Amino acid sequence: MAHAYTPGLRVVEKTIIYKERRLPLRGTVLVKKGDKVQYDKIVARTELPGNVHMMNVVNKLNITPGEIKDCMLKKEGDPIKRDEVLAKSSSFFGLFKSICNSPINGSVESISTVTGQVVLREAPIPVEIAAYIDGIVDEVIEAEGVNVKTWGTYIQGIFGVGGEVVGDLQIVSKSVDKPLTMDDITPNLKDKIIVGGSIVTNDVIQKAKKIGIKGIIVGGLDDKDLKELLGYDLGVAITGHEEIGLTIVVTEGFGQIKMAEKTYDILKRNEGLKTSINGATQIRAGVIRPEVIVPLLERYTLEEILQEHEAKAQVGMEPGSLIRVIRKPYFGVLGKVVSLPHNLTEMESETKVRVVEVELETGEKVILPRANVETIES
Amino acid sequence: MNIKKEDITSILATDCGSTTTKAILIEKRGDEFRLIVRGEAPTTVEAPVEDVTQGVLNAVTEVGELAGRPILEDNQLIKPRKGDKGIDIYISTSSAGGGLQMMVAGVVKNMTAESAARAALGGGAIVMDTLATNDKRLPHEQIQRIRNLRPDMILLSGGVDGGTVSHVVELGEIIAAANPRPRLGISYQLPIIYAGNIKARDEIQKLLGDKTALDITDNLRPTMERENLMPSRLKIQQLFLEHVMAQAPGYKKLMAMTDVDIMPTPAAVGDIMQRISEQYNIQIVGADIGGATTDVFSVFKGVFNRTVSANLGMSYSISEVFAEAGMENVMKWVPFDMDERDLRNRIKNKMIRPTTIPQVLDELVVEQAICREALRISFDQHKALAVGLKGVQQERTIADIFSQSTGDESLVDVMTLDMIIGSGGVLSHAPRRCQSALMMMDAYLPEGITELTVDSIFMMPQLGVLAKVHPEAATQVFLKDCLIRIGTCIAPVGKAKEGKTVLKAKLKIPGGKEEELEFKYGDLKVIPLEVGATATVELHPVKGIDIGEGKGQPKTKEINGGVVGIIFDCRGRQPFELPKDKKKRIEKLQTWIDAMDIYPREGALAR
Repeated sequence: MAHAYTPGLRVVEKTIIYKERRLPLRGTVLVKKGDKVQYDKIVARTELPGNVHMMNVVNKLNITPGEIKDCMLKKEGDPIKRDEVLAKSSSFFGLFKSICNSPINGSVESISTVTGQVVLREAPIPVEIAAYIDGIVDEVIEAEGVNVKTWGTYIQGIFGVGGEVVGDLQIVSKSVDKPLTMDDITPNLKDKIIVGGSIVTNDVIQKAKKIGIKGIIVGGLDDKDLKELLGYDLGVAITGHEEIGLTIVVTEGFGQIKMAEKTYDILKRNEGLKTSINGATQIRAGVIRPEVIVPLLERYTLEEILQEHEAKAQVGMEPGSLIRVIRKPYFGVLGKVVSLPHNLTEMESETKVRVVEVELETGEKVILPRANVETIES
Repeated sequence: MNIKKEDITSILATDCGSTTTKAILIEKRGDEFRLIVRGEAPTTVEAPVEDVTQGVLNAVTEVGELAGRPILEDNQLIKPRKGDKGIDIYISTSSAGGGLQMMVAGVVKNMTAESAARAALGGGAIVMDTLATNDKRLPHEQIQRIRNLRPDMILLSGGVDGGTVSHVVELGEIIAAANPRPRLGISYQLPIIYAGNIKARDEIQKLLGDKTALDITDNLRPTMERENLMPSRLKIQQLFLEHVMAQAPGYKKLMAMTDVDIMPTPAAVGDIMQRISEQYNIQIVGADIGGATTDVFSVFKGVFNRTVSANLGMSYSISEVFAEAGMENVMKWVPFDMDERDLRNRIKNKMIRPTTIPQVLDELVVEQAICREALRISFDQHKALAVGLKGVQQERTIADIFSQSTGDESLVDVMTLDMIIGSGGVLSHAPRRCQSALMMMDAYLPEGITELTVDSIFMMPQLGVLAKVHPEAATQVFLKDCLIRIGTCIAPVGKAKEGKTVLKAKLKIPGGKEEELEFKYGDLKVIPLEVGATATVELHPVKGIDIGEGKGQPKTKEINGGVVGIIFDCRGRQPFELPKDKKKRIEKLQTWIDAMDIYPREGALAR
C-alpha cells in the first residue's frame, strides 16, 4: 500500500528557503533580481477592480428601459462623484422632474437598455505584497510577483491560525513540557513571537493579544480553546485568514503535547532574532502547513548552508530513523525505527496494515501502523 | 480510438484523484472481461513534479510489475498489445486539484437555479454556490461572493424559452460586473455556459462575450414542465477538458495519451450507475465517502441525481461532520462512554493528520460512528435536491385534495430502493463486511427489501469511462470484480411494542430446504446465505406493519445472498429510535453488535 501523503514535518536549523510572493491579479513588480530585501519591503503592487453598485435607474425615474439612454447625464466610462446627478427624467411638459444621484465616487461601468440597471464602480483597491522574510530576490515572475530566497531555520508546524507576522523570537516556557501560563505573559513581550511548551489555553491567548504579542509557537492546543478563540467550530482545516489579533503555530497537535525537544532547542538557539511566522494551514490536495522562518543571513554564509544541505539529503524511513507517533494509543511519543516488516499485520481494530517496529523513548518495543508515525528530520 | 471494439482484449484505466492515482488492468479471459491487477501511486500535479503523467506512469509501472508483463517502454504505453506486451486502449478519469468547482445561477431559486445545480452536479462538479434573483442577497453581495469564490466555471440559466428576458439578463449583468477570475491560471478567461431563455442569447453575448469564455447551449429548462440537462452536462465536461484541465500541470500530455476524452470522476461514476439501473431495472442509491467529500448518487424511476456534500468526509472534513451532526448524534452510535474534551482533540488530530489509521478498537468504533452521521447528513441533502420539478402546473382532481403534491417530494423512496452501493475507504475497507452493512443500514434506514453492496476497490470511475467504449466489458467487471455483495436487508416499517411479533417469514433456500422464522420488534438477526446463492422469501407482516405491499400485506421475492447473508432488521422504521437513557442505549447497541458479530469483544468493548 503506497501512501500518497507522506507525513513528516520539516524541522531544520540550516537550510535554503524560497518564498513565492505572488499578486492575485497581474500588476507591477517593484524589485529586480539580486536585490536584497527586508521583510517589510513592498515587492509588487496591483489594483483590484473597485466594488460595484447596481442601481435600477428606470424604477427610480419611473421610466421604461428603452428610455434610459435619453435620461442618462453620464455615459459609460464617465467618472462620477457621490451625490452627483446620474440621470434625470421629466414628464408632463417638463412640469414633473425626477432625478437619480450617485451613491458613490467612481465611474459608470455599464447602462442596460434591457433591465434598466446602471452599474457604478468605485475607485480601484490597491494591493501590495511585502517580502515577508529578509532575503534576496531570486526570481522575478513578470507582472505577477517574485521569489525571495533566504537561508536559515525552517520549522513546519502541524496546525495554525492567523496570517503572516514578523517579530523577535522569545523563549517563554522553561521546558518542552511546561504549559504557557497567565504569569508567563508579561508586558515586555509586546511585539514578540513567543515560544511555549506543551499547551496554551484561550485565556492565555487573550492576555497575549491584549499585551500586543504578535505570535505564539507552542506544542499543543485544546480544540475547546480553539473553538472559544475563533467563536465557531472549525470544520475544515483551511486557515490563515482569521482576524484574531495574533498568529498561532502549533507544532505537535491537539491536546497537551510537549513540543519536540529538537524544535525547542533550535528555537532556543535563535532566541532574539527576527522571525517570520504564518499560521496558514490547508490540509487538502496541496498541503500547506504553518511555518516558522528565522533568516540567518548574518550568521552563516550561503556556502556553509549549502554544505549542510547536501550532507543531509533526505532519506525515507529506515531502521534507526527517528519517528514520532501521531495516533493513539502512543500519540506524541518519540521513538526509533527497529524494523520495517514486509507483511500486512492485523491491529487490535482488525485493520490489516503495513507496520513498523518501533522502540519508544521509554524502551518499550511496539508494532504500529506505518501511517501512524512520522519521521523527524535529524 | 484506433482499434475495433471486437479486437480489444486488454484495457488500462486510471483515475487521477487529488492524492492518489489508481490504475487497473482489465483483460479478456475466455469469453469475459475480468480485473487482473490494480496499482497506485501518489498523484503528481503539485510541486516538485508538477506533471500528472508522472503519477500515472508510476501507477502503471506497478500494474505492469504485478501483472508480470511490460506495459511501458521508454515511459510510453505499448499500444496496441503485441503478444504479452502492452495494452489495446488506455482511458482515464480525473478529480485532481480538487475536482471541478462551479457556481450556478438561475432566475428563481427553486426552479431554474435548482435545475442548473442538478445539471452541474450531474456533470461532475462541486456546486460552490447557487445565485438566484430571489436568494435574498443584494446585487453587491452576490458580486462580492462571485469574486471571493473564484470558481472554475459558471453555469448561467434562467427563464423558459420565449419568456421574460430581463431577469436572466440582470443575472448576466451581475456576473459581468463581478468580472470573475478563474481559480487556476492567472491569464485565461473564465468559462461560462449560458443555458437559459433563447431570446436572451444576444444580450448575454453582448454582456459576457468579451469578458469571459462564453459558450451557449440549449436551455436547461425550456418549459416549466421539462428539464433538459444533458446538453449542459456535456458542455460542462467539454469545457472542463478544454479550460480547467488544460490549466492543470501535465494534463495536455495525459489527454494525448488517452483513447477517449478524460471524464470528471463523479460524472463517470454517475454513468455506470445509470447503466446498471437501466440494465437490471432497479432503483439504486450509491455513496462514495471520501476524505474530504461525500458524493451521493441515485436512480429512481429512470431519473438520475447526484449531490456532493463538499465538506463531509472521513479525514480532511471529519471535524465538519462532527460540527454539523453534533456530539450527541455521533455518540449515540458509540457503545461506551467518552470524555468530550478527549473526543474533540482526537477528531481534530485526525483532521490534521488525515492518513492515520485507527489502531485500537475504540478509535475504529468512533470513526464508524462519524461515518454513519456523514452518510446520514449527505443522504438528507441528496433527498432535498432529488425532487420533482417545481413550478409545474398540475391538473388536479377532487381526490387530490387529500394528497396535494407541490413537487417538493423527494424522488428517493427507501421503500422501493433495490440496491445500496457503498464506496470509499471506511466502507470498502472496513475490517468486517458486516460493519459496512450496519453503517449503511443505520444511516439510510432502508425499508422493505434492499440489497447491500460495496465497491471493492473503488473502480466505478474507471468502469464509467470504459462503458463509453466497451459497455459489455464494463458491466462484466462491475458485476464480477467491482461489486461485493454483502447481503440483503429486510426491514419492516411501523411501530410496535418491544418483543411483540412483527414479521413471519418462510425462506426457501437452494436445495429445497425451507425455514420458517418469526421476528419480534427490536430484533436484528442474520441468516447466512452465501454469495451467488438466491433464496425465495415469503414475508407476512402483522397488522399495521408494512414490508412494501401496504400494511399487513404479504410479499414474496427472490433475494440474493452475500458475504453476511440475509439481515432481518426489525429495529423499527418510521420511527427508528434509540433509547434516550444512556445505559439502556449502550445495552441495545451491544445486543445488535453481538447479533451481527460487528466487533471483537476486546478493548473498550470487552465483556
